[in-house]
Amino acid sequence: MAAELMLPEMGLEPMGGGTAREIQFREALREAMSEEMRKDDRIFLMGEEVAQYNGAYKISQGMLDEFGPKRIIDSPISENGFAGLAVGAAMYGLRPIIEFMSWSFSLVAADQILNNVPKMLYMSGGQWGCPVVFRGNDGAGGQLGSTHSWCVEGLYSNVPGVKIAIPSNPYDAKGMLKTSIRDDDPVFFLESERMLGDKAHVPEREYTIPFGKAALRRQGDDCTVVSFGRPVNFCMDAADELKKEGINIDVLDMRTIRPLDIDSILDSVKKTGRIVVVDQCWPFASVASEVVTQVCERGFDYLDHQPLRVNTEDVPTPYAKNLEALYLPHKGKIMSAVKASLGRL
Amino acid sequence: MPRKSVYKAEIEHVQVMDENGVIDAAQSRNTLSDEEILELFKFMQQCRQLDEIAFKLQRSGRMGTYPQNKGQEAAAIGTAYAAKKGQDFLVPCYRENAALFMHGLPMHYVLLHWMGDERGNQIPEGVQQLPLCIPIGTQMLHATGIAWAFKMRKEPKVALTYFGDGATSEGDFHEAMNFASVYQVPLVFICQNNQWAISVPRESQMRSKTVAQKALAYDMPTYQVDGNDLLAVYKIAKECVDRARSGGGPSFIEAVTYRLADHTTADDARRYRDPKEVDMWLGRDPLIRLRKYLETKDLWDETKQKAHEEKCKAIVAEVVKTAEGIEKPSFDDIFDYTFAALNPELERQKKTARTSSLGQDPTQVGLAEQPQHV
Ligand SMILES: Cc1ncc(C[n+]2csc(CCOP(=O)(O)OP(=O)(O)O)c2C)c(N)n1
Ligand SMILES: [Mg+2]
Repeated sequence: MAAELMLPEMGLEPMGGGTAREIQFREALREAMSEEMRKDDRIFLMGEEVAQYNGAYKISQGMLDEFGPKRIIDSPISENGFAGLAVGAAMYGLRPIIEFMSWSFSLVAADQILNNVPKMLYMSGGQWGCPVVFRGNDGAGGQLGSTHSWCVEGLYSNVPGVKIAIPSNPYDAKGMLKTSIRDDDPVFFLESERMLGDKAHVPEREYTIPFGKAALRRQGDDCTVVSFGRPVNFCMDAADELKKEGINIDVLDMRTIRPLDIDSILDSVKKTGRIVVVDQCWPFASVASEVVTQVCERGFDYLDHQPLRVNTEDVPTPYAKNLEALYLPHKGKIMSAVKASLGRL
Repeated sequence: MPRKSVYKAEIEHVQVMDENGVIDAAQSRNTLSDEEILELFKFMQQCRQLDEIAFKLQRSGRMGTYPQNKGQEAAAIGTAYAAKKGQDFLVPCYRENAALFMHGLPMHYVLLHWMGDERGNQIPEGVQQLPLCIPIGTQMLHATGIAWAFKMRKEPKVALTYFGDGATSEGDFHEAMNFASVYQVPLVFICQNNQWAISVPRESQMRSKTVAQKALAYDMPTYQVDGNDLLAVYKIAKECVDRARSGGGPSFIEAVTYRLADHTTADDARRYRDPKEVDMWLGRDPLIRLRKYLETKDLWDETKQKAHEEKCKAIVAEVVKTAEGIEKPSFDDIFDYTFAALNPELERQKKTARTSSLGQDPTQVGLAEQPQHV
């Protein structure tokens, strides 16, 4: 089944006569958490600076006032501690939402989130699940330097047993976070600090977005461009530029990396014969590598050109502004890759 | 005798010079001479000036996010002065610039770092210290490793590592303390307890009444000092450094101080701190008591103060000029410094640097002739 065409500037959804309401990405995340917390008192939010300070990036603004310190909890600076605590609380029936100020700091908690969380259900013969949502800022772009700029999706998606959601816009952010909170499995939810101020139409009515279902952001027969998270926006920019040059591309926003909607990718490649994967992680053994591999394994005959990847450079994230800009995937690199796949360079 | 006490401990709080610049006679042995106090006071002002200018550089868009050191200089200088420059090794986090400068780091390096230039982390030859460490807590283990290397190589050196009150909640802290204690390495742990970790006050970070008592669990000599009292910090640090050098193992110092500024330039502490608390600590500024002391000794006066302020301004203006005069880092750096030697894959990326499709030669897809996206 092909991905649904969902252009953000069309509001993504029929508006049903109501007024179009535009809110920020951070507000969309807050609404998702607050609405779920009102309905389900097993849910709590814990992390560094989430309560008094309203979150390092102001995502939980006002939540302490509404839900009180028993459910919106400032933790000591102990990532491994609160990740592990969440595992125990989840196994005993609570529904923790854990905010990592940055996913970069989740590395301190690697044993808990990679060696315990994803395996607990399997190791207990299906008895002890870990329905925790771990969420926070992921990715480079804000001049945060090498140690604070991790894109953990490349590393963590190798591990079976976790779902990985990575929205590209406020509408998806809200719907996908609600799905994450309701999910009985652990979810890693990746937000980009760079997008938190982005505004878009988010309807007031209740909605969720299913996992494993890509959205088509641009439509065209010339090439398939696959991305997820913040770079989807660069792909749409590239698509608009390319259109002026007479090149029309499909832009597929995967929305979740695990599960991966490979069927939508193959459907598009069947039509275009070309694929460029745009991924803000390092190239080696990345999500882009995985997509390319699966396309080769399952759709080799559709291809008229070898698959191409646009990743970051294969080096630690630079701190300097000028170097960081060159290091990241951007419109120019995406356009070059699309043209290369069309032999139009 | 079914029950008996098997362990008892006490934590000392040490102050030598009070807020009015008066020295406690009983504590005045083994601390700084008047000449030293004068020199360190002047140096402290210079560091304060740099800190103020760094703040202004950020506000005017000439530098990135910066964590001010204001108010904590005595803890940095007192400990660093107790160690031997060029011999002992400093392992910092990010709020002890003065210690780094004292041990030979040129001041413009810190500005370069916060301007986002990794060359601010290239410690000059002969300067014994690691670069700033922003992931909380990780540097304490590195310090333990360095001190362990001193011991292995039988070098008469001591390592000093700095961290905040919040950092003591990390597992790394406890593991570093345990290793240092079990291996009895020459290391001094220096906690700058500035009462806050961003918006989290110390009482929410830990229930322990002192940070110093955490070291009891690792059987380390441990002290709480008035961290805004240069003399007390020096006195205790000297004791710890000397003990470490003579094979007596690690020690712990809790320097009780206060973060007079925001957490970083990205923060606004007025939203969560009581202004009365800040006012109280402004009165405990380490510079004030030193000046009072020096004035009663006739070693300082308003004329000297004015002249020195001008001198500090000139020095720091020069430092800013140096930092801003350095040309932007080159794109080649990110490839050149990833491995000790450039490997063929990175060599190719460095040449093309567009689609970093690893293992795929961009020339095959016609990319090599493209202009770079600079
Ligand atoms: C592993 C890790 N977790 C969280 C952070 C975010 N962070 C940066 S500074 C800070 C507070 C540190 O407080 P403290 O140790 O008391 O030092 P201070 O800033 O007060 O000098 C936090 C939580 C980080 N840099 N690294
Ligand atoms: Mg602190």
